[in-house]
Amino acid sequence: MTENAIIEKTICYHCGDECLTPEFIIEDKHFCCHGCKSVFQILSENKLCSYYNYNDHPGATRTKTDKRFDYLNEPSIIRDLIDYTDEKITIVTFYIPHIHCSSCLWLLEQLNKINPAIYNCRVDFLKKQLNVRFDHQKLGLRQLVELLFDIGYEPLISLQDIIKKQNSTTKDNLVQKIAVAGFCFGNVMLLSFPEYFGLSAHEQTLRHFFGWLNILFCIPAVFFSGSGYFVSAWQNLRNKVLNIDFPLALGIAVLFLRTVVEILTHTGPGFGDTLCGLVFFLLIGKFVQKKTYNHISFERDYRSFFPVAVHIIAEGSEKPTPLSQLRIHHRIVVRNNEIIPADAILLKGEALIDFSFVTGESVPVSKTLGEIIYAGGRQTGEAIEMEVIKPVSQSYLTQLWNNEAFTRKQGNRMQTFNEKVSKYFTVVLLIIAFSSLIFWLSTDITRGLAAFTAVLIVACPCALALSTPFTMSAALSIFDRNLFYLKNTAAVEQMAGIDTIVLDKTGTITTGEGNTIKNDSILSEYQKQLIYSVCINSNHPLSKMICRSIVNMQRMAVAEYREIAGQGIAATIERHKIRIGSAKFLFGSAEGPSNASSVHLMIDEDYLGYYSFIHNYRVGMDKISALEPAYRLHLLSGDQDHEQYELAGFFKNIKRLHFNQSPQDKLDFIQLLQEQGAKVMMIGDGLNDSGALKQSDLGIAVTDNVNNFSPGSDAILDGKSFDKLPAFLRFSKDTVKIIHFSFLISLTYNLVGLSYAVTGKLSPLTAAVLMPLSTVTIISFTSIAAHVAAGKRKLL
Amino acid sequence: MSIIYFLIGCSVFMALVFLGAFFWAQRSGQNDDLYTPSIRMLLDDTKDEKSEK
Repeated sequence: MTENAIIEKTICYHCGDECLTPEFIIEDKHFCCHGCKSVFQILSENKLCSYYNYNDHPGATRTKTDKRFDYLNEPSIIRDLIDYTDEKITIVTFYIPHIHCSSCLWLLEQLNKINPAIYNCRVDFLKKQLNVRFDHQKLGLRQLVELLFDIGYEPLISLQDIIKKQNSTTKDNLVQKIAVAGFCFGNVMLLSFPEYFGLSAHEQTLRHFFGWLNILFCIPAVFFSGSGYFVSAWQNLRNKVLNIDFPLALGIAVLFLRTVVEILTHTGPGFGDTLCGLVFFLLIGKFVQKKTYNHISFERDYRSFFPVAVHIIAEGSEKPTPLSQLRIHHRIVVRNNEIIPADAILLKGEALIDFSFVTGESVPVSKTLGEIIYAGGRQTGEAIEMEVIKPVSQSYLTQLWNNEAFTRKQGNRMQTFNEKVSKYFTVVLLIIAFSSLIFWLSTDITRGLAAFTAVLIVACPCALALSTPFTMSAALSIFDRNLFYLKNTAAVEQMAGIDTIVLDKTGTITTGEGNTIKNDSILSEYQKQLIYSVCINSNHPLSKMICRSIVNMQRMAVAEYREIAGQGIAATIERHKIRIGSAKFLFGSAEGPSNASSVHLMIDEDYLGYYSFIHNYRVGMDKISALEPAYRLHLLSGDQDHEQYELAGFFKNIKRLHFNQSPQDKLDFIQLLQEQGAKVMMIGDGLNDSGALKQSDLGIAVTDNVNNFSPGSDAILDGKSFDKLPAFLRFSKDTVKIIHFSFLISLTYNLVGLSYAVTGKLSPLTAAVLMPLSTVTIISFTSIAAHVAAGKRKLL
Repeated sequence: MSIIYFLIGCSVFMALVFLGAFFWAQRSGQNDDLYTPSIRMLLDDTKDEKSEK
């Protein structure tokens, strides 16, 4: 039966969803809804149907068909959104989440064929951004956004778009620094070869010429490319911290001074190539460490999904107002699919709020008049009127961001291995350097100075500084391949130090989408047909799920259809009275807290049981619970405790299940654990976990689609890889071991170099060979070892 | 052997030109988006076709 059903399924030509009704057909092409059909019509009118040739079903499903962009007429909002404007031209950049294939790219760059007032469109595929230049005399920003909406590419315009402009990141010129350092390195090495291979006595002028050129090349390498190390070392000294930048800066400075002195006094060829090579390799290490994910943002907070504007009712009319001007006692209108921006009391309308962004719970909750609705929910259904009772920044949800966890400076939550070691390393290095100086001082001052500088040159912790970035970047790319995205390299080390894992329930250990629907009662085909015919008329998510579970039925004509939002549907088909809805709707009495996610059926006063919606636990939950002896597991849930017995199977200690937790409670709980000395990893998914994610030593956001909203965190885990979490934890420990081992290797090189250096007879050639050799050893060792370790953990 | 001064001068000048070219490319944003052009070139140009119709 199921096989037949799959064959009979018709697929929407535009979006690829299943067509539930055969209503929308043009030119033999089936569409699932009016929205999809109208997009096709617009494209075919403009002869842009090649859109469908590049990919099958490139469009987004269009359940939402009403466009409300009137707030884009407000000059103050427009000003914040656009990048540039003058009399003729306006440039604006939109973030369009749906950009995903070559068809998207093709269509969005052809916008000028639909409206000639658009001059030029450019897509940045990885960032999912569209840059549009248009004539704002002929086409307003609102019309432009509506055009994008009409062709199925609604830009995501959020509060963060306005805020990001003010703190645009300072552009660092690391790539330029690397280019300069590489340029100097290549030239200096070439010019040093004659010296190493020997120049005859009558070629002394050449030697001086090469020496001068070397100095010339070293100057940009040190003062442009290497400047960051001096700045950082100086800042750390002032803060009384000895980090790895101090010996590095010292090494660069000593190398430069000795090179200049040797060349000017004609006492030697100097260490120009070692110097430039050092700076070059160090910067490469820095570059590798900075892995960027274009398509993922780790810094999202409530602003990135709150709307830009809200409709306020004042003097009997609606007016779009920027969110920043929303005050207490304003009456606001929130329509279908809009987000409630502030805590408010419901005054009018049937509220059916989807809190999936906040809690991860995908089944909407109905609210009654006079009830307080917390900000962050998304209204589904008709328009509602509400009165604001708290400012946007002070609501139940957003006040989390006022907590000190968000204001405190980030970065040193856990000391990395590098930081720990470099302190001792620097001290030992200085002791050796000064003792060799003192040892030779009594007999030979120049030899003493030579030994002193040579020690600082040879022991310059180049390999040490490179071991962490290269190991970590190899680890990051392995995590990346397994759909686990870490914000930075330090997060890997933090992960290795974790001993306590705290999990959120809804959306984190249960899947957000694809909840299965279960029906205990046995229904005849005719009854199924009746239920299908009723539910197909409703836009409620639960009705849609029921329709999807009863596949492909003939739809019957419905008489007397009546839908009461948040309660149920009553309808009559062929003189059968059908009532589908909550227990309260059918029997007039509530049935406990769990009734929100069960739908009861009644045909002709015969009770036929109910559909219940079960949360599926994510695959691999058993593997997580197997972590128990090594890691302490806790569960934090905002829900009631009615799932306690099912969860007890996963969590051995029932005392570690915590229910009814508010966002603030979650944050406080993490803080409590940390005060007890635990290193906590928080795994959550919704905005209500944001505080806990931020407070924890490593916050991981779980999401089913990395392009969708996920709260600010240190790492983003795709739900598909949830079962690999134990492997990730083990692998992070492996990488730390690799770093330790490569530290030993670099120490060995340092010791070999030191044995030459303390005698004061370090030849430039030895230094020039030793430095790149140790670098190459470390880089190849770390990347090979990281891949071997990943293979062992089955992550390749 | 004095030709070597001229040769080194030439080689350094050439290298500086390339370095300058790289700086220019970096400044003008040519390296900002390294992925989209690879898809863009696969798409057909339909401009002429449309005007003929």
